[in-house]
Amino acid sequence: MDERRLDGNATAGVLAEIFTFEMTTARTACVHCGATGEVGAQMAYVSEIGTVVRCASCNNALIRVARQDDGGRYWLDLRGVKYLQLEEHL
Amino acid sequence: MAPRRLTWRVGEVVETRPDTPRTKSLFLEVPDWEGHRAGQHVDVRLTAEDGYQAQRSYSIASAPESSRVELLVERLEDGEVSPYLTDEIRPGDGLELRGPVGGWFAWEASEGGPLLLVAGGSGIAPLMAMIRHHRAAESPTPVRLLLSSRSYEEIIFREELEDLAAETLQITHTLTRSTPPGWKGYDRRIDEQMLTEFAFSPEEHPLAFVCGPTPLVETVGTALVELGHDPTRVKTERFGPTGG
Repeated sequence: MDERRLDGNATAGVLAEIFTFEMTTARTACVHCGATGEVGAQMAYVSEIGTVVRCASCNNALIRVARQDDGGRYWLDLRGVKYLQLEEHL
Repeated sequence: MAPRRLTWRVGEVVETRPDTPRTKSLFLEVPDWEGHRAGQHVDVRLTAEDGYQAQRSYSIASAPESSRVELLVERLEDGEVSPYLTDEIRPGDGLELRGPVGGWFAWEASEGGPLLLVAGGSGIAPLMAMIRHHRAAESPTPVRLLLSSRSYEEIIFREELEDLAAETLQITHTLTRSTPPGWKGYDRRIDEQMLTEFAFSPEEHPLAFVCGPTPLVETVGTALVELGHDPTRVKTERFGPTGG
């Protein structure tokens, strides 16, 4: 399987399918190590199956998104995130 | 109007322009394009006749002030997407895309700097949007660009960069594989020594954007932090090992 290791910023499109907030500048706190930072500054693993955002400090899976091939159904796993801090941009 | 989820739409290719032997610029007109911030990207999706889809992200190289959206595409031999975009697509063709997205790797003139830009090859694309925006907005922010290319012929946007160079925009090249006769610039991969000579000092608190192949991005990102630059002001964008 072709999995690409990218920056969290590369998940902007898939996260914008789900969230209406700009997610790459949202701040996360990692459940595992407690590190905080912007989603865009974390690591991303992108493949046909789905997208995983991993903590840049400890590699814990923060956000997992999978999407059914024919669309319409998403799975969103946020177990690795203690919280997300979202900013409303004008 | 209520915010809506991001959806796919079709832009029209209005011009294609070869830039270097391995890269081409695609100019798109996208209906109802709402504008972008310099550094943002779009996701591009190709669908085969059998329904198979391949998706990649491409940085927007045009300035926010430009009405056409310019995407820079580097041809990768084993790529699923780039050979179609460099070899097949023609003016008049549609291209499915969504965006602009990626507000984290973006710069606006009002944010100031100084601005430290480091790119490898086609990693220049989002940084070019920043440089063009810097000029269009007549920003007084000092900008330094360090661009790594394989050879002189493969320096992307070379002529335009020569024209744009100014007191507020200093450009330094390094050529990693071959140099023309009489070349006095750098001729090696970017390293900590080069960044020490070229980059602003940490005390100047630059905002750094680094874009290119993964090894370059990781080398530069690590070196800048080791030199004392604020990690939260060093933003990186990797292509991944193979790109697409």
